[in-house]
Amino acid sequence: MRDGPRPTSFYALAAVFGLFVAFLYGPLLAIVLLSFQGPDGGLTFPMVGWSTHWFAALFEQQRVGDFKGSFLRSLGLGLTVMTLTVTISLAAGLAFRKRFVGSAIVFYLAVASLIVPSILVSLGVGLLFRVLDWETAWWTSGVGAHLTWTLPFGLLIMFAVFNRFSKSYEEAAHDMGANSWQTLRHVVVPIIAPSLVGVALFGFTLSYDEFARSLLTVGTHNTLPLEIYGMTTNITSPALYALGTVTTVFSFLVILGALAAVTIVQRRRERRAPAPAGQRG
Amino acid sequence: MKARPERWRAVVTYLQVAPLVTVFGAFLVFPIVLITVVSFWDYTEYAIVPDFIWRNYAEVLASAVTYRTYLSTLKFAALTWAITLVLGFTVAYFLAFHVRTLKWQMTLFLICTIPFWTSNIIRMISWIPFLGRNGIINSALMSTGLVHQPLEFLLFSEFSTVLAYVHLYTLFMVVPIFNSMMRIDQSLIEAAGDCCATAWQTICTVVMPLSKPGIAIGSIFVVTLVMGDFVTIRLMSGGQSASVALMISNQLAYLQYPAAAANAVVLLIVVLLIVAAMMKIVDVRKEL
Repeated sequence: MRDGPRPTSFYALAAVFGLFVAFLYGPLLAIVLLSFQGPDGGLTFPMVGWSTHWFAALFEQQRVGDFKGSFLRSLGLGLTVMTLTVTISLAAGLAFRKRFVGSAIVFYLAVASLIVPSILVSLGVGLLFRVLDWETAWWTSGVGAHLTWTLPFGLLIMFAVFNRFSKSYEEAAHDMGANSWQTLRHVVVPIIAPSLVGVALFGFTLSYDEFARSLLTVGTHNTLPLEIYGMTTNITSPALYALGTVTTVFSFLVILGALAAVTIVQRRRERRAPAPAGQRG
Repeated sequence: MKARPERWRAVVTYLQVAPLVTVFGAFLVFPIVLITVVSFWDYTEYAIVPDFIWRNYAEVLASAVTYRTYLSTLKFAALTWAITLVLGFTVAYFLAFHVRTLKWQMTLFLICTIPFWTSNIIRMISWIPFLGRNGIINSALMSTGLVHQPLEFLLFSEFSTVLAYVHLYTLFMVVPIFNSMMRIDQSLIEAAGDCCATAWQTICTVVMPLSKPGIAIGSIFVVTLVMGDFVTIRLMSGGQSASVALMISNQLAYLQYPAAAANAVVLLIVVLLIVAAMMKIVDVRKEL
């Protein structure tokens, strides 16, 4: 199957795949184009001239809500959740390499966290703060609610990483006199760095785009997804698309940044060690 | 490390897992316990009152609206599951068995994955230019003369809701199925070919059974996501369809926390039962 002429089914499947990719990206492309509508343009094609009018409208707070404030809050929330997700997942991943009492329960907690409907997390955390008479805010209840969504992904990635991780690297470090902290810092973390970038990407983007778990947990000031959702009911102009374009471009920059970081790390590694003998992280 | 007592190593292990357990305890387990407690509380128009009453459950279980809403939610879940399964399996199969180099497999896989890291709400909104009354599809149909009036059912309907679910969640099928398929030994496929199996027979007798774990994991993701959704359905059905989670979020908007809590407990039980049934098919932990 690997060599020789391609079967006819290849072309049919390739066509399906192509359509699937078009299905994924086509709508996004349409709103990017439409966000450059002229001032008299509407929510659908045709384009009535081209302008950056709707982007300008975004930055006037009165016209389309608090775009800048909600963006900054989402950014802060995303970065906080990202940092915590990487740290907590890495620590837990290390713990799961050894046997410990209750590991099955912790694993099922992580699975439960993935499958519990997000509205329950929102409602529960909101109730918790209400009962305790604490004020909800993105940096407290918001971070906690988002972590219930990002940590399972982080943990699963860590499982996948450590299942393929050779212990001999650490044994070698120990033999050369490194203590456990030095081994972690100078051997384990550099080897699994690309995967940690992956966990960070999950942590940031899932939090940055989260709507349901933010609903009752981020306090009086909206994060960006809540703000965008509010706009969908109020705003019927291409400003909505302009907002979509701006946030999507931002997401793409984050994703590309993460992918570039992984590529750079791997290139550098290949240059240093032309033929790596063991597995890579 | 070897000089250190075993007990110290055990303490380190527990310290390493402690932050994770703390987060799940404080923001998942405790809140769910609290929801359960509050589901027995009473409420007035202005306040929620600690109590122990079954009225909230009685209201949920006695209402015809509840059953109608569950039926509608299950219908959406089943439709989305079936479509994402066929589409996700096809895409994963193409990537795993028809793309020949690892480099291309990973590149194409990444292309499928990138939208997952962008905003779901923006991805829903992005269907407006296509499906709207004056959208691309209606304009195209009108100009070819196939229809004389714009089709109204395209946007803000059950159709657009399912379309959005498929758009958002197919990836959750592709990733685990692709992962399972990549572990299938190539020689099994070749052996099937040598035994004169057609491509279709190979899929049915070799690929499909060995991809079962991935299919199960993807199914759990898709079904639980649709069962718990209230954003997509509100935005894409234009208020014409309901879901259980939407019912809960509406009660929250009216500050009827105990009623919402009772509904949430019932929803959680239903979702857990569905997942438990699916987990019977596969041991998820073996698949990592």
